[in-house]
Amino acid sequence: MKIGVPNEIERDERRVAATPDSVKRLVQLGFEVLLESGAGESAGFADALYRESGAEIAADTAAVWNCDLVIKVRAPQTSEVALLREGGVLISLLFPAQNESLVQALAARGASVIALDAIPRISRAQKMDVLSSMANIAGYRAVVEAANVYGGQFTAQITAAGKTPPAEVMIIGAGVAGLAAIAAARGMGAVVKAFDTRPAVKEQVESLGASFLELDFEESGEGGGGYAKVMSQEFIDAEMALFREQAKRVDVIITTALIPGKKAPLLITADMVEMMKSGSVIVDLAAEQGGNCAFTEPGKLVDHAGVKIVGYTDLTSRMPRHASQMFSANVAHLLEEMGGGANFGIDEENEVIRGALVLRDGVSKWPPPRLEVAAPPPVKVAAEVVERVSPPPPARKPFLRAIALLLVAAALAGIAFYAPREFVQHFTVFVLACFIGWQVVWSVTPALHTPLMSVTNAISGIILVGGLLKGASGEVDLAALLGTIAVFVATINVFGGFLVTHRMLKMFRK
Amino acid sequence: MNETSLAVLYLIAAVLFILSLGGLSHQETARRGNTWGIVGMTIALIGTLLHPHVESYWLVGPGILAGAVIGAILAVRVVMTAMPQLVAMLHSFVGLAAVLVGIASYLDPEPSVAAAGRAAVMVHEIEIWVGVAVGAITFTGSVIAWGKLRGSIGGSPVLLPGRHLFNLLMLAAVVVMAVLFVSTQTSHETGLIYLLSMTAIACVLGIHLVMAIGGADMPVVVSLLNSYSGWAAAAAGFMLSNDLLIVTGALVGSSGAILSYIMCRAMNRSILAVVFGGFGTGDAKSAAGVAEIEGEAQAIDAAAVCDLLRASKEVVIVPGYGLAVARAQHLVNELANKLRDAGVRVRYAIHPVAGRLPGHMNVLLAEAGVPYDIVLEMDEINADFKNTSVALVIGANDVANPSAENDPASPIYGMPVLKVWEARNVVVLKRSMASGYAGVQNPLFFLENTHMLFGDAKDSIGQLVAGL
Repeated sequence: MKIGVPNEIERDERRVAATPDSVKRLVQLGFEVLLESGAGESAGFADALYRESGAEIAADTAAVWNCDLVIKVRAPQTSEVALLREGGVLISLLFPAQNESLVQALAARGASVIALDAIPRISRAQKMDVLSSMANIAGYRAVVEAANVYGGQFTAQITAAGKTPPAEVMIIGAGVAGLAAIAAARGMGAVVKAFDTRPAVKEQVESLGASFLELDFEESGEGGGGYAKVMSQEFIDAEMALFREQAKRVDVIITTALIPGKKAPLLITADMVEMMKSGSVIVDLAAEQGGNCAFTEPGKLVDHAGVKIVGYTDLTSRMPRHASQMFSANVAHLLEEMGGGANFGIDEENEVIRGALVLRDGVSKWPPPRLEVAAPPPVKVAAEVVERVSPPPPARKPFLRAIALLLVAAALAGIAFYAPREFVQHFTVFVLACFIGWQVVWSVTPALHTPLMSVTNAISGIILVGGLLKGASGEVDLAALLGTIAVFVATINVFGGFLVTHRMLKMFRK
Repeated sequence: MNETSLAVLYLIAAVLFILSLGGLSHQETARRGNTWGIVGMTIALIGTLLHPHVESYWLVGPGILAGAVIGAILAVRVVMTAMPQLVAMLHSFVGLAAVLVGIASYLDPEPSVAAAGRAAVMVHEIEIWVGVAVGAITFTGSVIAWGKLRGSIGGSPVLLPGRHLFNLLMLAAVVVMAVLFVSTQTSHETGLIYLLSMTAIACVLGIHLVMAIGGADMPVVVSLLNSYSGWAAAAAGFMLSNDLLIVTGALVGSSGAILSYIMCRAMNRSILAVVFGGFGTGDAKSAAGVAEIEGEAQAIDAAAVCDLLRASKEVVIVPGYGLAVARAQHLVNELANKLRDAGVRVRYAIHPVAGRLPGHMNVLLAEAGVPYDIVLEMDEINADFKNTSVALVIGANDVANPSAENDPASPIYGMPVLKVWEARNVVVLKRSMASGYAGVQNPLFFLENTHMLFGDAKDSIGQLVAGL
């Protein structure tokens, strides 16, 4: 099974679908890899590195496209579709819902196509999910771009020359990209607030050190597959009011709101942009899908009344090294899932593969049967449910308790009537000592339970007193002998117990 | 020394023993507590040696000397991972001493008892009977526990068919013979035969009871035997009319009872279930379909764990018995120190039944030089896992099993556990995917935020230390 890795011809695309590391992995999986010369160049990987990892390098584009399987980053352009082998297999980003004509062209070639963007968002497929790994990088880069065009520092400083306040950053949408952006902005010292329609992400936002902006409004935005759904009009109004209020204050807004298969929602309207301080920055991660901001122009930096709106669509490609590393690792995991080089196949029973399968031998498989994916129920939730249904601990049966009480009463009565006075005295001491022991031992800290055991071992060696009285009575008989043995073993306890306790306690230090 | 002044000395010793146990409530006062115990013991010993009944030292003197030397050697030589064995051995000595004192007491009755009339003799004989029985069970039970803890006897429960009936029969024999033993028709010689036969039966009972208990329940067994040894000493106190022995026995007995109770609660097992049977055997719960775990565990290598640890703020280390087996406590401390130097906050979370002895993990960590104020109990740390970057689970399994919280079909359902899965990342150091002592699958290993670092705990931690 031969994999072709062609050059990305899309403008400004610097990523590559295989890195030298992933090639090693692919070779281990039993694939042969044919890489177009210079494919990794813009990501910083020279041909020589690939050769070392076991890839063949070809200068001939057609030869690369003629492989059994072609992996690439971007969806192929028309010229590339023509190069794809009849009945070949293509794995790349595709966005089949938006690119119908491309899908038809591929179908005409009798191709089998897996769209990397359509990998179901279930936990098992996470290691193959390029959208997540790319969103992560894009979120980080969005902050870098914002800092680049923002005229100030993100972090607060107090110096001899005066002080500067920290930048206030608002991040809309706390998905993978939003969370990465929060972490990056926090890392640079900014004050970060984040908004999301899904209240469940509040905890994640706060764990990264950002504050979570909340509406006084009850509606959950939890849609399928970890995305948000479209919200009601009242909700949107309340949300807009919140953004308007924040727009006056914040220095940077990063928007990441996407709804799958739909145009990105307009969240930052013209009047909000105009309210912002001059020199503020908006980075719109949804630029490619139409943008969350009214003035966004995909691929461009726009200046509207002193507010800079960044609409770059190649944020991941601006960090080609790590983006390629993650992308290619996702692809390698996918190829492993598909059986590796030896048993490569398109298994439609596999929900991950089926979900991403667009064409099979030219036959449309899109869209896949709807896969009902509940958000992976975190253990916590289950625990809560269980707590509620688990019955209260059964109360001890009253009649058993009554029997126990009766037995105790009978025993005490027996002692009172029959036992000699001396026994009753000892018995009094015994019962009181039990109570004292019970009280004293409960206060022992669990960390010292082992020393507690060894010290009780030592003091129960007090039985040596009994042995002494028998063993040293002056007569030499069997009783004295037994007593002496008792003395012997009890002394081991006394010395061993106290010494080992001492040894242990010496080790405990603050 | 007359009886009265001896009684006063005994009173002082008893108070000192109580103070000794009380001192163990905190690490700061614990060493003082041990000293009180030693002072108390010395006073009791000297007082007894000056007792008018103690007339010759040539027999007991060498006994004390030999015992002291052997005890000291044992205490100095024992490695901390072998503490459970030592404790079990010391329990067996108390049991043996109680048996010997009991028989000696029957052979050589106190003249005062015979003088006090028939009822007193009968009570005295019952006291001997109880003391010897409890002592014998403690003795052989502890020997078996010692063997199991050492590994010279297999850890899995030995379950004979009809074992409950067997136990009941032995118990019945002990009671029936007790009636014959105290009966006025029985001569002293026949009584001795009864006493010795009963000792033999009780010894078998002790062996049988502990053989049937599985390795996972050892902390409970050791605590229980601790308790028995106390009751045996108290019984000896009754037969010798010695209040110091009674008080000490009662203290030790209740201490062991509390420990057993704590251990049982920590395992969500009833004490009767532990005493009378192996784990999960014939237990309908475990037979019922325990949810099969879907998914695959994600392996991770040491270098990646190092990166993860370096990038964290809060790390919680969860040690289990595997750590003790691998003797990796010193390396773990080294790892923690390196992390602390790098500005990471490191703490330890100890489950009550981690290890083979209550508090065993604390002792091991203390041995490695871990400060005790960063070693936290389950209840102290469970709420903090949410804010933890990495939970490092080393050689622990059942004590960090989410099934205990959310799978009513699981045999360990209801057992309080360390909620490590609430941490952002969980790294489990483990030899293989094998299940723990409870024989229960652990869904923790298959969670999204869990990574497995396979290998011997000591090697793995060594790699981490080298990598940081």
